[in-house]
Amino acid sequence: MEKTVTLQDSGAIDTQTLDINIGPQHPSTHGVFRMNMKLDGETVVSLKPVMGYLHRNHEQIAENMFYLGSMPYTDRLDYFNSMTNNFVYALTVEKLAQIEVPERADYIRVIMSELTRLVNHVSVTGFLLNDLGAFFTPVLYAFRERERILDIFEEVSGARMMCNYFRFGGVKYDLSGEALVAIKDVVSRFPKFLDEYEKLLTKNEILCMRCQNVGILSPELAISASITGPMLRASGVNYDIRKVDNYSIYDRFKFRVPLGKVGDVYDRYYVRILEMRESLKILEQALKEIPAGEIMAKKMAPFVKAPRNFKPPLGESYARVEAPKGELGIYIVSDGTPQPWRYHVRAPSFINLTILEDLCVGHKVADAVVILGSVDIVLGEVDR
Amino acid sequence: MGLTQNATVVDDGLKSELSKKGIVVTTMNELYNWGRRSSIWPMQFGLACCAIEMIATACARYDIARFGAELFRASPRQSDLMIVAGTVTKKMTPQVVRLYNQMAEPKYLITMGACSIAGGPFIDGYNVLRGIDRFIPVDVHLPGCPPRPEALLYGLMELQKKIDSQVIEKTEWYQKGLTREFPIPELGPRGLVPKFNPEVWQPREVDHRKERYGQPIVIRRKAKAPDLDAAPAPPRPAAAKPQPTQPPKPTV
Repeated sequence: MEKTVTLQDSGAIDTQTLDINIGPQHPSTHGVFRMNMKLDGETVVSLKPVMGYLHRNHEQIAENMFYLGSMPYTDRLDYFNSMTNNFVYALTVEKLAQIEVPERADYIRVIMSELTRLVNHVSVTGFLLNDLGAFFTPVLYAFRERERILDIFEEVSGARMMCNYFRFGGVKYDLSGEALVAIKDVVSRFPKFLDEYEKLLTKNEILCMRCQNVGILSPELAISASITGPMLRASGVNYDIRKVDNYSIYDRFKFRVPLGKVGDVYDRYYVRILEMRESLKILEQALKEIPAGEIMAKKMAPFVKAPRNFKPPLGESYARVEAPKGELGIYIVSDGTPQPWRYHVRAPSFINLTILEDLCVGHKVADAVVILGSVDIVLGEVDR
Repeated sequence: MGLTQNATVVDDGLKSELSKKGIVVTTMNELYNWGRRSSIWPMQFGLACCAIEMIATACARYDIARFGAELFRASPRQSDLMIVAGTVTKKMTPQVVRLYNQMAEPKYLITMGACSIAGGPFIDGYNVLRGIDRFIPVDVHLPGCPPRPEALLYGLMELQKKIDSQVIEKTEWYQKGLTREFPIPELGPRGLVPKFNPEVWQPREVDHRKERYGQPIVIRRKAKAPDLDAAPAPPRPAAAKPQPTQPPKPTV
């Protein structure tokens, strides 16, 4: 971080630092997040994040709940991406109880999680622009596309946002022919929308001026602070859990991992746009290859009607997925009873938030808001 | 407060006859209520999941602007309506009450989603307030988890009906010496102090939830950690397994 010469350092004028609080009620803190800032003039001297305003005891409730009962609670972790949250929880328990998932269910899972990635990235770029001062116009474009995808979720799972769609060993409902046609329609229309979106934004002079060289995250700091997701890849580190871990059936699809060069806000924005294009590639391949067949593992058939009887064996497991915000993992220790003994969520937006001070110090207050927008946090996941 | 129509409504037949000649007849009440109802400015105040549906309502497909409520203000001083969209935790409660106090009269409040009505799915959490109506009065309750945007629009229409039913001379905010300041609770080591505002809310005599559903989630103190090292050998657990799996679980 380059040293900025402040008024106080130059000794020209006797100045004071100013303490300000942004949040918890503030339109650009993305929920109930609070930033405790020290300012010199308009320059941020120090920033202390204050969390916990949305601490909803997810882990405690999950530890006292039967296994499937926590599935709807995972929806509410990161409420933009309920499908990927379900995905990681299902993967963890499947690892614990050694359940094989039928192929069709795997394809449905991949399709849903990539659609979720589209929803998340399109809304987060909209909100980032909102923070930049383009009040609500990009969000209108973004939410228009989001609604189309949510229609699919509603048709498939019965709910718009909180899908609660995945089950241990498969998914809840089968994908109907109409739903497949609707997904194909969305996938074929999405590139046109992205072109339009990029035409308005990517080379926009104001966007470039506000975003380029703001909040630079070096790859070394990113790795040492265990940053994951688009933030890490914007700093130029090639690390995508879909490639590294090959969970589910991601090894069957051909896609590239977009990387940034500088690691500033602009790269984080642009990596997300490119990731959406790669997600569309995965979706196209998955829609072409999706086989017919079962959607639920045979081993789990007795627990469909009576999920409370499901008791995984003694042991522990950790599974992770590439959620749109980064590495989302769930760690479960089972003691053989219907409730997990320990349940822990590794939330990507919480860990990505830890370096906020390093990114913001030396910038202006207005930039701090933009940097926070580019980190892409969701408070349901940060505080849990 | 029933949602009765104003007693001072002008006769419809007379109204339409006069309007043919280009004369508009109305009462002060109707004019005031029409103005207030048609420009409810909500506060841009999202707590959790429901806030996303609130934003979706403001966006193109659902378009809350049709009801004159599209102008989300970030400041409580400029807004008429507070939509408590999401889980109110105990840490956040003082801020919510303070924000409601800061709003200028007349002010309205919609609780959006099950969490802000009664705690919702998180009702058993130790940090979750079981309904914001314990501290501030609520005009419209809007159930759902989260409610669809259409439901929010319906809630807004219900609020408009309520505004229509108000008579200016009798409304609270035109009376002398009105101070509608609600005491702000403090977060102590054992939760909020006080636990509720007795002027606004009284604890129910019968616990309907317990009566109807029993105790959905029993929070147990877990005494003994499972012995994971003993786990991998399959033949042994026949003798070793039952011991760690069934620790006596006292209910708290």
